[in-house]
Amino acid sequence: MQQFSARKLGSWALLAGLLALAAVGSAHALEWNLQPAATKIADDIHDLHEYVMLLIVVIFVGVFGVMFYSVFAHRKSQGHKAANFHENTTVEIIWTVIPLLILIVIAWPATRAVIAQKDTANSDLTIKVTGYQWKWGYDYLKGEGEGISFVSQLSTPRDQIENKAAKGEHYLLEVDNELVVPVGKKVRILTTAADVIHAWGIPAFGAKQDAIPGFIRDLHFRAEKTGIYRGQCVELCGKEHGFMPIVVRVVSAADYTAWVGGEKKKIAAAADDPSKVWTLDEIKARGEKVYAANCVACHQANGKGTPPAFPPLDGGKLTTGPKAGHIDIVLNGKAGTAMAPFAKQLSDTDIAAVVTYERNAWSNKSGEVIQPAEIKALRK
Amino acid sequence: MSAVLDDHGHGKDDHHHGDHHHGYGGMMRWITTTNHKDIGTMYLWFSFMMFMVGGVMALVIRAELFSPGLQIVNPDFFNQMTTMHGLIMVFGAIMPAFVGFANWLIPMQIGAPDMAFARMNNWSFWILPFAGSLLIISFFVPGGAPGVGWTMYAPLTVQMGMGMDLTIFAVHLLGMSSIMGSINIVTTILNMRAPGMTLMKMPLFCWTWLITAYLLIASMPVLAGAVTMTLTDRHFGTSFFNAAGGGDPVLYQHIFWFFGHPEVYIIILPAFGVVSQILPAFSRKPLFGYASMVYATSSIAILSFIVWAHHMYTVGMPVTGQLFFMYATTLIAVPTACKIFNWLATMWRGSLTFETPMLFALGFLFLFTMGGFSGLVLSLAAVDIQLHDTYYVVAHFHYVMVAGALFTAFGGIYFWLPKWTGKMYDETLGKWHFWLSMIFFNITFFVQHFSGLAGMPRRIPDYPLMFETWNKISTIGAFGFGISQLLFLYIIVKAISSGEKAAEKQWEGADSLEWTHLPSPAPYHSFETPPVIK
Repeated sequence: MQQFSARKLGSWALLAGLLALAAVGSAHALEWNLQPAATKIADDIHDLHEYVMLLIVVIFVGVFGVMFYSVFAHRKSQGHKAANFHENTTVEIIWTVIPLLILIVIAWPATRAVIAQKDTANSDLTIKVTGYQWKWGYDYLKGEGEGISFVSQLSTPRDQIENKAAKGEHYLLEVDNELVVPVGKKVRILTTAADVIHAWGIPAFGAKQDAIPGFIRDLHFRAEKTGIYRGQCVELCGKEHGFMPIVVRVVSAADYTAWVGGEKKKIAAAADDPSKVWTLDEIKARGEKVYAANCVACHQANGKGTPPAFPPLDGGKLTTGPKAGHIDIVLNGKAGTAMAPFAKQLSDTDIAAVVTYERNAWSNKSGEVIQPAEIKALRK
Repeated sequence: MSAVLDDHGHGKDDHHHGDHHHGYGGMMRWITTTNHKDIGTMYLWFSFMMFMVGGVMALVIRAELFSPGLQIVNPDFFNQMTTMHGLIMVFGAIMPAFVGFANWLIPMQIGAPDMAFARMNNWSFWILPFAGSLLIISFFVPGGAPGVGWTMYAPLTVQMGMGMDLTIFAVHLLGMSSIMGSINIVTTILNMRAPGMTLMKMPLFCWTWLITAYLLIASMPVLAGAVTMTLTDRHFGTSFFNAAGGGDPVLYQHIFWFFGHPEVYIIILPAFGVVSQILPAFSRKPLFGYASMVYATSSIAILSFIVWAHHMYTVGMPVTGQLFFMYATTLIAVPTACKIFNWLATMWRGSLTFETPMLFALGFLFLFTMGGFSGLVLSLAAVDIQLHDTYYVVAHFHYVMVAGALFTAFGGIYFWLPKWTGKMYDETLGKWHFWLSMIFFNITFFVQHFSGLAGMPRRIPDYPLMFETWNKISTIGAFGFGISQLLFLYIIVKAISSGEKAAEKQWEGADSLEWTHLPSPAPYHSFETPPVIK
């Protein structure tokens, strides 16, 4: 028996050691509560959460106090004889009414928080967020910066995800183009999606809203501090669901104006002349970049895809067949599959470039050059 | 209902209690049996097998999440694992386990010879292996199993391969099986009670199952409708859930959760029933507030149909919608609290002993209440929006599903095993099983409250570095929990093969008919002449 309990002790010590090792092994501070609030709403949510937690602790002590008292005092081994009562209407009414009263006490702040959270009126800035498999599109619709539009996707290198390189500080929470908003301004976000349901949210803002294909929903936030805030897509949206982060950079009014100015200049500079006639090498180089940004996750860098879900493009039926069918799929997607329509995401030049690239990369050697003008003519 | 449902070829007059089966032998006995005890046994073993399969999937998930980065599986397969783990545990493990209990116990507890529709009973079990096989076969078809989550939200379902169709058919079969089982249970309870066994004299387990059976009959067809619409959207050009054709993806969620919320109570109400048998037995004191338990169970059942959209606070309902569902949801706390208080009052001034079934019942009481607390937090719409689809929700529902339903099922098996097999399990090992499960369960799931509060989304195969510690701890706990269940298998097999002989009334405080009127093991045909209840 002695030996047995020593062994028992040993195995518990081993378990405790393992857990401690797990705690130390990851060099990060333990995050065990809600992220620090950056908006009034998030603050309200924190208060509500703490308030309810307090009530819970009181109930916990009460309920389990009774239970453990009973477990210790009313045991047969201590010679306790069972009483025989089994009903008491007064007591039963009292303990039905008490939880009801507690709920009414909670209901007031809970209702206020819901109403504040849903009040999206009178915003200073309106931005449309579109969920794509697997990136976010941002369009500044109203307010300063109107007309700015970009796509934002994960910038963590694939090597880090596949454990071939050390992971950076903001592993999986970093993007190429951050959403930039001014501090202290009420920002209304309209959410929608192009393919399946996604969900846009930033924990520090206390904001989260599903992005539903074919419908527009909204949420709002007013960030009180400048800084960078990070979130992730929170509705399962397919294979890369874990890899579509959301990053919001909150800047001062002056910085925001400067950023808007810079973006506008970039838009002017990047605008392609839609009637330009490209050479094969020129447009293929452009297409390779578009492919790397939009197609590689499913169809792979080597064009082999991952059949049967994601068909190969290298020697594929579509990429070696007539170009009209190929362009149609890129523009309009394929219903019932993960192939998204790119008509709204990519410019005529980009679509022409990527189709040209796909028809001339790997073992595909059609030699065809698709010009932006052709795409323009085909758009519905 | 006077029919004696024995189709095994022997007149019942020359039939002695304790006799073995008189029909086919070997495998055919199990395929053709219409005996409620045989069918109950098959349900329980089937459910244990599915529990193991679903458990291995959970361990694959936890192994992948041990460290940030992708190590073991690719994201596609990870999604398939989370989907199938959920479906198999809910429909393959937990639900059949309690149907197994119902089959074994309801006839014995109301003094009936068998279930009302014995052949349908056989059929409702034998559908299950086919449904389970369809789910597992879906891994081996082109595109693999669906990676859409057990909730199967549209329109992601439209992108899946034929594994999705197999899953849809499996859900149809499971629904048929549940509905047939429920019709059987309702008919048996309403028509086959022994003389003097009025409804309000029935053991609470029968009451909770009666109410559960009605919930199943009302909600399973709704799920069947939802998945059928998914099927026609996928293949026959309909647009129920496609905005481009005039449909709405959110409609799917409304229909699904109109089934899904009663479903949670379908899982937990029979567990309440089992606990209401175990606690009085080991407190040596009658259940406190029997009548109010019946009323509380009924109110929970009714409320369960008007709270579904609390699973959908982030779809963007109008503010009045949010408020209605928030108030209705918090109301459920009232009857649930009544139940907890009744159980505590049952123990109060009893004469308590702590055999394994009692330990699991107390474990249930403690952990289910914890799950209720996190439920209260989640019921507040504003807080829920913060926590929706994070690990906080994962922690919450594992506290009510695993610690609520699964722990109770373990407790029930230890409690009735002596009656079912006539053999006792090893009490020391049983207690080990309880304490290992209890400790590892909490290691696995308690920390998920923290990662959820900090914002870790569920259903992701890889995560930011700040969540690493909690995930490591959780994975260690999960493997401990999984391995502990092999001990359970060992205990049961050991008890059946070489356990000590159990007494007719193995537990001093047990007072329902199966303990007071039947020997251990309960004879193959019991109560052919109904007992008279005073």
